[in-house]
Amino acid sequence: MTERSVSIHVPAMTRVEGEGSLRIRIENDRIEDLALDIFEPPRYFEKFLEGRRYHEVLDITARICGICPVAYQMSAAQALENAFGIDPGRWVRDMRRVFYCGEWLQSHALHVHLLAAPDFLGFDSVVGMAEEHPQAVRRGLRLQGLGNELIRLLGGRSVHPVGARVGGFFRAPTQAEVDAMLVKLRAALPQAEELVAWAAALPMPVDRQEFVNVALRHAKDYPLAEGRIVSDGGLDIPIEEVEQHFVEEHRPQSTALFATLHGKPYLVGPLARLNLNLDRLPASSHALLEQSHIRFPSDNMFHSLFARALEIHIAIVEAIRLLDGYQLPERTHVECEPHAGVGFGATEAPRGILWHRYEVDDEGIVRSARIVPPTSQNQARIEADLHRSLLNFGLDRPDEELRLRAETVIRNYDPCISCATHFLKLKTDRR
Amino acid sequence: MAKPSVAVHKFSSCDGCQLAFLNAGEDLLRLAELVDIRHFLEAGLADETAEVDIAFVEGSISTEDELKRIRQVRENSRFVVTLGACATSGGLQALRNLDNSNEAWKQAIYAQPIFIQTLERADPVSEHIEVDFEIWGCPVNGAQVLAAVRQLLFGVSPLDQRDKVCMECKRQHAVCVMVSEGKPCLGPVTRTGCGAVCPRFGRDCYACFGPAENINPDALGHRLAGLGLPPSDIARRFLFINSNAPAFGDAGKKHYKRGFADD
Repeated sequence: MTERSVSIHVPAMTRVEGEGSLRIRIENDRIEDLALDIFEPPRYFEKFLEGRRYHEVLDITARICGICPVAYQMSAAQALENAFGIDPGRWVRDMRRVFYCGEWLQSHALHVHLLAAPDFLGFDSVVGMAEEHPQAVRRGLRLQGLGNELIRLLGGRSVHPVGARVGGFFRAPTQAEVDAMLVKLRAALPQAEELVAWAAALPMPVDRQEFVNVALRHAKDYPLAEGRIVSDGGLDIPIEEVEQHFVEEHRPQSTALFATLHGKPYLVGPLARLNLNLDRLPASSHALLEQSHIRFPSDNMFHSLFARALEIHIAIVEAIRLLDGYQLPERTHVECEPHAGVGFGATEAPRGILWHRYEVDDEGIVRSARIVPPTSQNQARIEADLHRSLLNFGLDRPDEELRLRAETVIRNYDPCISCATHFLKLKTDRR
Repeated sequence: MAKPSVAVHKFSSCDGCQLAFLNAGEDLLRLAELVDIRHFLEAGLADETAEVDIAFVEGSISTEDELKRIRQVRENSRFVVTLGACATSGGLQALRNLDNSNEAWKQAIYAQPIFIQTLERADPVSEHIEVDFEIWGCPVNGAQVLAAVRQLLFGVSPLDQRDKVCMECKRQHAVCVMVSEGKPCLGPVTRTGCGAVCPRFGRDCYACFGPAENINPDALGHRLAGLGLPPSDIARRFLFINSNAPAFGDAGKKHYKRGFADD
């Protein structure tokens, strides 16, 4: 073939959360340069958390991300309760899971329909897609709306909810509110089943690759608001030991960090969760998975969209299970008695493991904070995937096709650039 | 007549206020019929320099590049409407303005601070360009935003909701958490629009919707002291999501010592 020099530059990525750009340079059938640059401005959350009272932390960390504020509140609550040695009990644990199901439902439905599906069906945006696929889009918007309602049940509002606190919740939903929600959740179950079948039938590229999956794992439930950290490479650690295995590194031209596990890229998020927790699925979700033609564990990254669709089903099934037989609690939270200490929290945000560490003093004032969001963990994996996906796709393809494939690969991870940017605690040691 | 054109621009923010559109469900599809959405990156539409009738702006101005972009937005837009606390007051990240902490925080966080380009301050949009209408809230909600769009499409100025949260509490029959439980509620100085969600959930308002009209924050500061709050906690109440809004900043700084120290 003739010599060709291709330079693809997407200055502002669309259909991702936050600001990032893509840069690829191909010389004579070789990728000479490739980077997903994150240039979202830093907001310094870890610094202005210092000096704030523990009970302000949930309202602060929520503001890191408008799309997954519940995740930030739940990891922070867990970490501060860990520091104070509090166990908020069964009712709080169950309701946190319901609260979190709302966020998975909302965030996954948003990503599947508004951000990712247009790539596989050949549209620039959901507006164009809605004209030709009105039913699928409306179903998606309804599921997204239901997720927001579920967050409001416990949080009062869906973006930056106000209902959660360290130790539990400010308010318990009334029986009537829960009953009304159960009716809606049950009505949505067939829609979620249709969605899973629809996602399995989308024209997905086959692109198998080797990668390390990392996710939380719980003794009996599908991982959400708690668990140990495991990988398919044999890692199995309590969340307190993260800093001994994972390293974050600051690279030029980026306001985010790149995390590695034992020096190598790894995957967090829906595909990794599903791959590592197939034996923790609710029975009806497992049956849906069996009915599809897709086999798990899967090494095709594009199955992430299917994993998200299945997790929408899981979220609805779990919310119904936990709200069925709901009883008003004696108390909605346990009181905190602050004392100096260090606490850790890790939960499964829609995009993967979200890890927090706080050091507080005797007054309950935060003295240091460290937050590791999912997107900075996936960033090294995204670049590795881009590199080999494009080689696999064929570098001799027209520029426009290469650009679209590269964007599709990135969006498949549902990167949340707003999240990735704001926590960058730096270690300069390298392995 | 051509459909009015709209752009949604993002600056330093959490993306949460744009969700007023993306969470609108059927209303989002209806909006796309009523207006021509030219630029909205998260929704998949990229035309940064499009000339539009209405530009919605989310986020504060905190880098040199953002400063250039916001000036360009002004030139290209008939109406500029800010969306939420970051764009309207500077937002939570404006806490770095309190002690001019930008450089120190950058050095503390990044191994290679030389790669990080930021302005000293995180500013509201109105610090740098003329703004036609401001929608307060952290986050704004769909009802506020769609009402503003609807009013602009009718050719009238959007209605500015400047009542206090206290008024909303009364309308909602919510029990006053300050009177009944002695909680340090900021409802008396905070703009409505949230539906008094915190008092309805039994907690004190933390002023995420910014200052209301005709407020007396100093008097509230005295009341908070009367409830037993030390000066550092009174400062924390005012210097939070909207610390850079003058009414809150001035009230909070009367009680503030560097780093929220006690003495």
